[in-house]
Amino acid sequence: MNNKSLISITDFSTKEILRVLEIAEGFEKNPEPHLLDGKVVATLFFEPSTRTRLSFESAVNRMGGRIIGFSDPNISSVSKGETLKDTIRIVSNYCDLIVMRHPLEGSSRYASEVATVPVVNAGDGANQHPTQTLLDMYSIKKTQGRLDNINIFMVGDLKYGRTVHSLLQAMSPFNPTFHFVSHPKLRLPDEYKAFLDSKGVKYYEHEQFSDLIPEADIIYMTRVQRERFSDLVEYEKTKDVYVLRNSMLDNAKPTMKILHPLPRINEINQDVDPNPKAYYFEQARNGVFARQAVISYVLGLKH
Amino acid sequence: MFTKMEKKELKVSAIKNGTVIDHIPAKDLFKVVKILGLDRIDTPVTIGNNLDSEKFGKKAIIKVSDKFFEDKEINKIALIAPTANLNIIRDYEVKEKRPVELPQSVKGICKCINPKCITNSEPMATKFDVIPGKTVSLKCFYCGKVTDHDHIEII
Ligand SMILES: [Zn+2]
Repeated sequence: MNNKSLISITDFSTKEILRVLEIAEGFEKNPEPHLLDGKVVATLFFEPSTRTRLSFESAVNRMGGRIIGFSDPNISSVSKGETLKDTIRIVSNYCDLIVMRHPLEGSSRYASEVATVPVVNAGDGANQHPTQTLLDMYSIKKTQGRLDNINIFMVGDLKYGRTVHSLLQAMSPFNPTFHFVSHPKLRLPDEYKAFLDSKGVKYYEHEQFSDLIPEADIIYMTRVQRERFSDLVEYEKTKDVYVLRNSMLDNAKPTMKILHPLPRINEINQDVDPNPKAYYFEQARNGVFARQAVISYVLGLKH
Repeated sequence: MFTKMEKKELKVSAIKNGTVIDHIPAKDLFKVVKILGLDRIDTPVTIGNNLDSEKFGKKAIIKVSDKFFEDKEINKIALIAPTANLNIIRDYEVKEKRPVELPQSVKGICKCINPKCITNSEPMATKFDVIPGKTVSLKCFYCGKVTDHDHIEII
Protein backbone atom coordinates (compact mmCIF):
# COMPACT_ATOMS: atom_id res chain seq x y z
CA MET A 1 0.00 0.00 0.00
CA ASN A 2 2.72 2.42 0.94
CA ASN A 3 6.38 1.80 1.40
CA LYS A 4 7.44 4.99 3.11
CA SER A 5 6.59 3.86 6.63
CA LEU A 6 9.24 3.74 9.35
CA ILE A 7 8.70 0.67 11.51
CA SER A 8 12.22 -0.51 12.30
CA ILE A 9 15.49 1.40 12.00
CA THR A 10 16.60 -1.30 9.57
CA ASP A 11 13.88 -0.10 7.15
CA PHE A 12 16.22 2.81 6.37
CA SER A 13 19.52 2.30 4.61
CA THR A 14 22.59 3.96 6.12
CA LYS A 15 22.33 6.55 3.37
CA GLU A 16 18.73 7.30 4.31
CA ILE A 17 19.62 7.54 7.99
CA LEU A 18 22.31 10.10 7.17
CA ARG A 19 19.85 12.03 5.03
CA VAL A 20 17.23 12.08 7.80
CA LEU A 21 19.85 13.34 10.27
CA GLU A 22 20.70 16.12 7.81
CA ILE A 23 17.04 17.02 7.50
CA ALA A 24 16.82 17.11 11.32
CA GLU A 25 19.76 19.52 11.39
CA GLY A 26 17.87 21.71 8.96
CA PHE A 27 14.85 21.78 11.28
CA GLU A 28 17.00 22.77 14.21
CA LYS A 29 18.24 25.78 12.25
CA ASN A 30 14.99 26.61 10.50
CA PRO A 31 11.74 25.33 12.05
CA GLU A 32 9.65 25.63 8.82
CA PRO A 33 6.39 26.41 10.63
CA HIS A 34 4.20 25.99 7.54
CA LEU A 35 5.57 22.75 6.12
CA LEU A 36 2.57 20.73 7.32
CA ASP A 37 -0.11 23.33 6.58
CA GLY A 38 -3.32 21.48 5.79
CA LYS A 39 -1.94 18.13 6.93
CA VAL A 40 -3.44 15.98 9.66
CA VAL A 41 -1.34 13.55 11.70
CA ALA A 42 -3.00 10.87 13.84
CA THR A 43 -1.22 9.88 17.05
CA LEU A 44 -2.67 6.54 18.11
CA PHE A 45 -1.35 5.51 21.50
CA PHE A 46 -2.72 2.07 22.33
CA GLU A 47 -0.67 2.30 25.51
CA PRO A 48 0.19 5.52 27.26
CA SER A 49 3.62 7.07 26.74
CA THR A 50 3.30 10.73 27.49
CA ARG A 51 6.89 11.68 26.74
CA THR A 52 6.97 10.09 23.29
CA ARG A 53 3.53 11.39 22.37
CA LEU A 54 4.36 14.95 23.39
CA SER A 55 7.57 14.82 21.42
CA PHE A 56 5.75 13.73 18.24
CA GLU A 57 2.96 16.21 18.78
CA SER A 58 5.45 18.99 19.36
CA ALA A 59 7.17 18.04 16.09
CA VAL A 60 3.86 18.18 14.18
CA ASN A 61 2.84 21.46 15.81
CA ARG A 62 6.16 23.12 15.03
CA MET A 63 5.56 22.41 11.35
CA GLY A 64 1.99 23.71 11.42
CA GLY A 65 0.20 20.36 11.17
CA ARG A 66 -2.98 19.35 12.96
CA ILE A 67 -3.26 16.38 15.31
CA ILE A 68 -6.03 13.90 15.96
CA GLY A 69 -5.77 10.73 18.02
CA PHE A 70 -5.98 9.19 21.43
CA SER A 71 -3.58 8.68 24.29
CA ASP A 72 -5.56 6.19 26.28
CA PRO A 73 -6.94 3.03 24.68
CA ASN A 74 -9.58 2.72 27.37
CA ILE A 75 -11.58 5.58 25.94
CA SER A 76 -11.16 4.52 22.31
CA SER A 77 -12.84 1.94 20.10
CA VAL A 78 -10.07 -0.49 21.01
CA SER A 79 -11.78 -1.21 24.29
CA LYS A 80 -14.89 -2.17 22.32
CA GLY A 81 -12.99 -5.06 20.77
CA GLU A 82 -12.40 -3.58 17.33
CA THR A 83 -9.49 -5.17 15.48
CA LEU A 84 -6.33 -3.17 14.91
CA LYS A 85 -6.90 -3.55 11.19
CA ASP A 86 -10.31 -1.88 11.34
CA THR A 87 -9.05 0.96 13.51
CA ILE A 88 -6.12 1.61 11.16
CA ARG A 89 -8.24 1.41 8.00
CA ILE A 90 -10.73 3.87 9.40
CA VAL A 91 -8.16 6.31 10.78
CA SER A 92 -6.32 6.17 7.43
CA ASN A 93 -9.29 8.04 5.98
CA TYR A 94 -8.94 10.86 8.46
CA CYS A 95 -5.26 11.68 8.24
CA ASP A 96 -2.10 11.92 6.14
CA LEU A 97 0.15 10.01 8.52
CA ILE A 98 -0.26 7.67 11.49
CA VAL A 99 2.09 7.71 14.45
CA MET A 100 1.35 4.72 16.61
CA ARG A 101 2.42 3.09 19.81
CA HIS A 102 1.09 -0.31 20.76
CA PRO A 103 1.92 -2.87 23.47
CA LEU A 104 2.03 -5.81 21.03
CA GLU A 105 5.17 -6.61 19.04
CA GLY A 106 4.82 -6.41 15.28
CA SER A 107 1.64 -4.32 15.55
CA SER A 108 3.14 -1.35 13.70
CA ARG A 109 4.43 -3.51 10.86
CA TYR A 110 0.97 -4.97 10.47
CA ALA A 111 -0.60 -1.50 10.64
CA SER A 112 1.72 -0.34 7.84
CA GLU A 113 0.41 -3.19 5.70
CA VAL A 114 -3.23 -2.28 6.14
CA ALA A 115 -2.93 1.52 6.31
CA THR A 116 -3.35 3.67 3.20
CA VAL A 117 -1.09 6.37 4.67
CA PRO A 118 2.48 6.08 6.01
CA VAL A 119 2.92 4.73 9.53
CA VAL A 120 5.66 5.78 11.95
CA ASN A 121 6.32 3.35 14.78
CA ALA A 122 6.48 5.08 18.15
CA GLY A 123 7.17 1.78 19.93
CA ASP A 124 5.65 -1.68 19.53
CA GLY A 125 6.09 -3.47 22.83
CA ALA A 126 9.67 -4.58 23.42
CA ASN A 127 10.32 -4.64 19.69
CA GLN A 128 11.22 -1.40 17.87
CA HIS A 129 11.33 2.33 18.47
CA PRO A 130 13.19 3.74 15.47
CA THR A 131 12.80 7.47 16.13
CA GLN A 132 14.60 6.95 19.45
CA THR A 133 17.56 5.53 17.53
CA LEU A 134 17.55 8.47 15.13
CA LEU A 135 17.53 11.00 17.95
CA ASP A 136 20.34 9.10 19.67
CA MET A 137 22.38 9.23 16.47
CA TYR A 138 21.53 12.87 15.98
CA SER A 139 22.78 13.58 19.50
CA ILE A 140 26.01 11.68 18.88
CA LYS A 141 26.65 13.47 15.61
CA LYS A 142 25.81 16.87 17.05
CA THR A 143 28.01 16.51 20.13
CA GLN A 144 30.95 14.72 18.53
CA GLY A 145 30.84 16.37 15.13
CA ARG A 146 30.85 12.97 13.45
CA LEU A 147 29.42 9.46 13.57
CA ASP A 148 32.63 7.67 12.63
CA ASN A 149 35.06 6.03 15.08
CA ILE A 150 33.04 6.76 18.21
CA ASN A 151 33.84 4.95 21.45
CA ILE A 152 30.48 4.15 23.04
CA PHE A 153 29.85 2.76 26.52
CA MET A 154 26.44 1.14 26.91
CA VAL A 155 25.43 0.60 30.51
CA GLY A 156 22.59 -1.09 32.38
CA ASP A 157 20.02 -3.41 30.88
CA LEU A 158 21.65 -4.62 27.68
CA LYS A 159 19.55 -7.75 27.49
CA TYR A 160 16.07 -6.26 27.17
CA GLY A 161 16.98 -2.69 26.24
CA ARG A 162 15.63 -2.27 22.74
CA THR A 163 17.19 1.20 22.40
CA VAL A 164 20.60 -0.38 22.92
CA HIS A 165 19.99 -3.07 20.31
CA SER A 166 18.73 -0.67 17.66
CA LEU A 167 21.49 1.86 18.28
CA LEU A 168 24.29 -0.67 18.00
CA GLN A 169 22.85 -1.93 14.72
CA ALA A 170 22.45 1.53 13.26
CA MET A 171 25.94 2.65 14.41
CA SER A 172 27.74 -0.46 13.17
CA PRO A 173 28.56 0.93 9.66
CA PHE A 174 30.51 3.80 11.28
CA ASN A 175 33.38 1.81 12.81
CA PRO A 176 32.41 2.28 16.45
CA THR A 177 34.01 0.64 19.49
CA PHE A 178 31.53 -0.59 22.07
CA HIS A 179 32.01 -1.22 25.77
CA PHE A 180 29.08 -3.08 27.27
CA VAL A 181 28.73 -2.67 31.03
CA SER A 182 26.10 -4.82 32.73
CA HIS A 183 25.22 -7.39 35.33
CA PRO A 184 25.88 -10.91 33.95
CA LYS A 185 22.12 -11.50 33.86
CA LEU A 186 21.53 -8.45 31.69
CA ARG A 187 24.31 -9.01 29.19
CA LEU A 188 23.90 -8.26 25.52
CA PRO A 189 22.17 -11.26 23.85
CA ASP A 190 24.32 -13.52 21.68
CA GLU A 191 22.43 -12.65 18.50
CA TYR A 192 23.65 -9.04 18.76
CA LYS A 193 27.21 -10.11 19.49
CA ALA A 194 27.03 -12.34 16.42
CA PHE A 195 25.77 -9.34 14.47
CA LEU A 196 28.69 -7.20 15.62
CA ASP A 197 31.13 -10.02 14.85
CA SER A 198 29.69 -10.32 11.35
CA LYS A 199 30.26 -6.60 10.80
CA GLY A 200 33.75 -6.67 12.29
CA VAL A 201 32.78 -4.22 15.03
CA LYS A 202 35.01 -4.13 18.13
CA TYR A 203 33.32 -4.63 21.48
CA TYR A 204 34.28 -5.41 25.07
CA GLU A 205 32.15 -6.60 27.96
CA HIS A 206 32.52 -5.45 31.54
CA GLU A 207 30.68 -6.31 34.73
CA GLN A 208 31.25 -2.92 36.25
CA PHE A 209 32.29 0.53 35.19
CA SER A 210 35.86 0.16 34.13
CA ASP A 211 38.78 2.53 34.37
CA LEU A 212 38.35 3.02 30.64
CA ILE A 213 35.83 5.83 31.06
CA PRO A 214 38.49 8.38 30.00
CA GLU A 215 38.40 6.75 26.54
CA ALA A 216 34.64 7.16 26.14
CA ASP A 217 33.11 9.58 23.66
CA ILE A 218 29.57 8.63 24.65
CA ILE A 219 28.19 6.92 27.74
CA TYR A 220 24.73 5.58 26.96
CA MET A 221 22.95 4.81 30.22
CA THR A 222 19.80 2.68 30.47
CA ARG A 223 17.37 1.85 33.22
CA VAL A 224 17.61 -1.45 35.06
CA GLN A 225 14.07 -2.50 35.83
CA ARG A 226 13.24 -4.31 39.01
CA GLU A 227 10.99 -6.73 37.10
CA ARG A 228 14.05 -8.21 35.38
CA PHE A 229 15.19 -9.82 38.61
CA SER A 230 13.44 -12.67 40.34
CA ASP A 231 15.76 -12.12 43.28
CA LEU A 232 15.11 -8.66 44.69
CA VAL A 233 18.22 -8.75 46.88
CA GLU A 234 20.25 -9.14 43.74
CA TYR A 235 18.41 -6.23 42.17
CA GLU A 236 19.12 -4.02 45.17
CA LYS A 237 22.82 -4.88 44.96
CA THR A 238 22.92 -4.46 41.20
CA LYS A 239 21.18 -1.18 40.87
CA ASP A 240 23.94 0.59 42.78
CA VAL A 241 26.78 -0.95 40.76
CA TYR A 242 25.50 0.58 37.54
CA VAL A 243 24.99 4.09 38.81
CA LEU A 244 26.94 6.91 37.19
CA ARG A 245 28.18 9.52 39.64
CA ASN A 246 29.81 12.84 39.00
CA SER A 247 33.02 11.77 40.75
CA MET A 248 33.54 9.08 38.10
CA LEU A 249 33.76 11.68 35.37
CA ASP A 250 36.86 13.56 36.54
CA ASN A 251 39.16 12.11 33.90
CA ALA A 252 36.62 11.86 31.11
CA LYS A 253 37.27 13.54 27.77
CA PRO A 254 36.03 17.14 27.73
CA THR A 255 33.88 16.30 24.71
CA MET A 256 32.36 13.18 26.29
CA LYS A 257 28.56 13.25 26.62
CA ILE A 258 26.17 11.15 28.67
CA LEU A 259 22.99 10.00 26.95
CA HIS A 260 19.91 8.29 28.36
CA PRO A 261 16.63 7.45 26.59
CA LEU A 262 14.78 8.55 29.77
CA PRO A 263 12.97 8.19 32.06
CA ARG A 264 15.77 7.52 34.51
CA ILE A 265 15.35 6.16 37.98
CA ASN A 266 18.61 6.38 39.90
CA GLU A 267 21.14 5.14 37.35
CA ILE A 268 22.42 8.64 36.77
CA ASN A 269 22.94 10.32 40.08
CA GLN A 270 21.39 13.78 40.41
CA ASP A 271 24.87 15.18 41.05
CA VAL A 272 25.70 14.56 37.38
CA ASP A 273 22.96 16.90 36.10
CA PRO A 274 24.90 20.19 36.41
CA ASN A 275 27.95 18.66 34.68
CA PRO A 276 28.19 19.90 31.08
CA LYS A 277 28.77 16.27 30.07
CA ALA A 278 25.19 15.49 31.04
CA TYR A 279 23.36 15.64 27.73
CA TYR A 280 20.13 13.69 28.33
CA PHE A 281 17.81 16.68 28.50
CA GLU A 282 19.13 18.20 25.28
CA GLN A 283 18.93 14.70 23.82
CA ALA A 284 15.18 14.77 24.47
CA ARG A 285 15.03 18.14 22.69
CA ASN A 286 16.81 16.61 19.71
CA GLY A 287 13.99 14.09 19.58
CA VAL A 288 11.67 16.79 18.28
CA PHE A 289 14.02 17.63 15.38
CA ALA A 290 14.54 13.95 14.57
CA ARG A 291 10.77 13.38 14.53
CA GLN A 292 10.19 16.45 12.37
CA ALA A 293 12.70 14.97 9.96
CA VAL A 294 11.08 11.52 9.93
CA ILE A 295 7.55 12.92 9.48
CA SER A 296 8.52 15.20 6.60
CA TYR A 297 10.63 12.46 5.00
CA VAL A 298 7.95 9.74 5.02
CA LEU A 299 5.39 12.26 3.78
CA GLY A 300 7.68 12.96 0.84
CA LEU A 301 7.99 16.65 1.77
CA LYS A 302 11.75 16.26 2.16
CA HIS A 303 13.88 13.99 0.04
CA MET B 1 -1.59 -49.17 12.70
CA PHE B 2 -0.50 -51.73 10.11
CA THR B 3 0.75 -55.25 10.60
CA LYS B 4 3.83 -56.43 8.78
CA MET B 5 1.71 -58.20 6.17
CA GLU B 6 -0.44 -55.21 5.39
CA LYS B 7 2.62 -53.05 5.26
CA LYS B 8 4.07 -55.11 2.48
CA GLU B 9 0.87 -54.88 0.53
CA LEU B 10 0.68 -51.17 1.10
CA LYS B 11 4.16 -50.69 -0.22
CA VAL B 12 3.26 -52.30 -3.48
CA SER B 13 -0.23 -50.90 -3.85
CA ALA B 14 0.14 -48.31 -6.56
CA ILE B 15 -1.89 -45.34 -7.59
CA LYS B 16 -2.67 -44.56 -11.18
CA ASN B 17 -2.21 -40.80 -11.06
CA GLY B 18 -1.24 -38.57 -8.19
CA THR B 19 1.47 -37.79 -5.68
CA VAL B 20 3.35 -40.09 -3.36
CA ILE B 21 5.15 -38.47 -0.46
CA ASP B 22 7.73 -40.81 0.99
CA HIS B 23 10.35 -40.67 3.76
CA ILE B 24 8.25 -38.68 6.19
CA PRO B 25 9.48 -39.21 9.79
CA ALA B 26 6.65 -41.20 11.43
CA LYS B 27 6.25 -38.72 14.29
CA ASP B 28 5.58 -35.88 11.85
CA LEU B 29 2.98 -37.64 9.73
CA PHE B 30 -0.05 -35.91 11.13
CA LYS B 31 1.54 -32.47 10.91
CA VAL B 32 2.18 -33.12 7.24
CA VAL B 33 -1.42 -34.26 6.75
CA LYS B 34 -2.58 -31.04 8.36
CA ILE B 35 -0.27 -28.74 6.38
CA LEU B 36 -1.44 -30.23 3.11
CA GLY B 37 -5.08 -30.22 4.17
CA LEU B 38 -5.40 -33.94 3.43
CA ASP B 39 -7.99 -34.22 6.16
CA ARG B 40 -10.30 -32.11 4.03
CA ILE B 41 -9.91 -33.35 0.46
CA ASP B 42 -12.21 -35.64 -1.49
CA THR B 43 -9.78 -37.74 -3.52
CA PRO B 44 -8.54 -41.10 -2.16
CA VAL B 45 -5.65 -40.82 0.31
CA THR B 46 -3.67 -43.83 1.47
CA ILE B 47 -1.50 -43.42 4.52
CA GLY B 48 1.07 -45.83 5.87
CA ASN B 49 2.78 -45.12 9.15
CA ASN B 50 5.50 -46.67 11.33
CA LEU B 51 7.04 -48.42 8.37
CA ASP B 52 10.62 -49.52 8.82
CA SER B 53 13.08 -47.14 7.28
CA GLU B 54 16.77 -47.72 6.86
CA LYS B 55 17.37 -44.00 7.06
CA PHE B 56 15.59 -43.06 10.26
CA GLY B 57 13.85 -45.89 12.06
CA LYS B 58 10.17 -45.37 11.42
CA LYS B 59 8.78 -43.56 8.46
CA ALA B 60 5.43 -42.71 6.95
CA ILE B 61 4.21 -42.61 3.39
CA ILE B 62 1.25 -40.77 1.91
CA LYS B 63 -0.34 -41.51 -1.45
CA VAL B 64 -2.79 -39.00 -2.82
CA SER B 65 -4.69 -40.05 -5.90
CA ASP B 66 -5.51 -37.58 -8.65
CA LYS B 67 -3.78 -34.70 -6.98
CA PHE B 68 -0.71 -32.76 -8.05
CA PHE B 69 0.43 -30.12 -5.65
CA GLU B 70 1.88 -26.77 -6.55
CA ASP B 71 5.53 -26.42 -5.49
CA LYS B 72 4.63 -23.59 -3.18
CA GLU B 73 2.10 -25.76 -1.44
CA ILE B 74 4.06 -28.97 -1.16
CA ASN B 75 7.32 -27.32 -0.13
CA LYS B 76 5.69 -26.18 3.08
CA ILE B 77 6.12 -29.70 4.41
CA ALA B 78 9.89 -29.26 4.24
CA LEU B 79 9.53 -27.22 7.44
CA ILE B 80 8.40 -30.32 9.29
CA ALA B 81 9.81 -33.13 7.17
CA PRO B 82 12.86 -31.92 5.24
CA THR B 83 13.73 -35.54 4.39
CA ALA B 84 10.49 -36.12 2.51
CA ASN B 85 10.56 -37.23 -1.11
CA LEU B 86 8.01 -36.51 -3.79
CA ASN B 87 7.00 -38.94 -6.50
CA ILE B 88 4.74 -37.69 -9.24
CA ILE B 89 2.81 -40.63 -10.67
CA ARG B 90 1.17 -40.67 -14.07
CA ASP B 91 -0.36 -43.82 -15.46
CA TYR B 92 1.24 -45.99 -12.73
CA GLU B 93 4.70 -44.68 -13.58
CA VAL B 94 6.95 -42.42 -11.57
CA LYS B 95 7.32 -39.42 -13.84
CA GLU B 96 9.29 -37.29 -11.44
CA LYS B 97 11.11 -37.92 -8.17
CA ARG B 98 12.62 -35.18 -6.05
CA PRO B 99 13.17 -34.09 -2.46
CA VAL B 100 11.03 -31.32 -1.02
CA GLU B 101 12.67 -27.91 -1.06
CA LEU B 102 12.76 -25.55 1.87
CA PRO B 103 10.81 -22.38 1.03
CA GLN B 104 12.38 -18.99 1.86
CA SER B 105 9.26 -17.80 3.61
CA VAL B 106 5.96 -19.23 4.73
CA LYS B 107 2.62 -17.60 5.18
CA GLY B 108 -0.25 -18.62 7.37
CA ILE B 109 0.61 -22.16 8.41
CA CYS B 110 2.39 -21.78 11.75
CA LYS B 111 1.82 -19.91 14.97
CA CYS B 112 4.35 -17.38 16.31
CA ILE B 113 5.83 -18.50 19.62
CA ASN B 114 5.77 -14.98 21.05
CA PRO B 115 2.59 -14.49 23.11
CA LYS B 116 3.02 -10.72 22.74
CA CYS B 117 3.10 -10.93 18.95
CA ILE B 118 0.33 -9.12 17.08
CA THR B 119 -0.33 -12.27 15.03
CA ASN B 120 -1.57 -13.99 18.18
CA SER B 121 -4.25 -11.42 18.87
CA GLU B 122 -5.43 -10.18 15.45
CA PRO B 123 -7.37 -12.31 12.98
CA MET B 124 -4.50 -12.23 10.46
CA ALA B 125 -2.15 -14.59 8.64
CA THR B 126 1.30 -15.17 10.13
CA LYS B 127 4.41 -14.66 7.99
CA PHE B 128 7.87 -16.06 8.63
CA ASP B 129 11.29 -16.06 7.06
CA VAL B 130 12.65 -19.59 7.04
CA ILE B 131 16.05 -19.93 8.71
CA PRO B 132 17.71 -23.03 7.30
CA GLY B 133 19.94 -25.19 9.47
CA LYS B 134 20.20 -28.63 10.96
CA THR B 135 16.69 -28.04 12.20
CA VAL B 136 14.62 -25.39 10.54
CA SER B 137 13.44 -22.40 12.54
CA LEU B 138 11.13 -19.54 11.66
CA LYS B 139 11.64 -15.82 12.16
CA CYS B 140 8.42 -13.88 12.52
CA PHE B 141 8.06 -11.14 9.91
CA TYR B 142 6.11 -9.04 12.40
CA CYS B 143 7.74 -9.34 15.83
CA GLY B 144 11.14 -10.70 14.77
CA LYS B 145 11.10 -13.52 17.33
CA VAL B 146 12.40 -16.91 16.28
CA THR B 147 10.25 -20.01 16.66
CA ASP B 148 12.55 -23.04 16.78
CA HIS B 149 11.76 -26.35 15.17
CA ASP B 150 10.43 -28.07 18.26
CA HIS B 151 7.92 -25.29 18.82
CA ILE B 152 6.59 -25.03 15.30
CA GLU B 153 2.87 -25.33 15.74
CA ILE B 154 0.76 -25.85 12.66
CA ILE B 155 -2.42 -23.79 12.63
ZN1 LIG C 1 5.62 -12.90 15.92
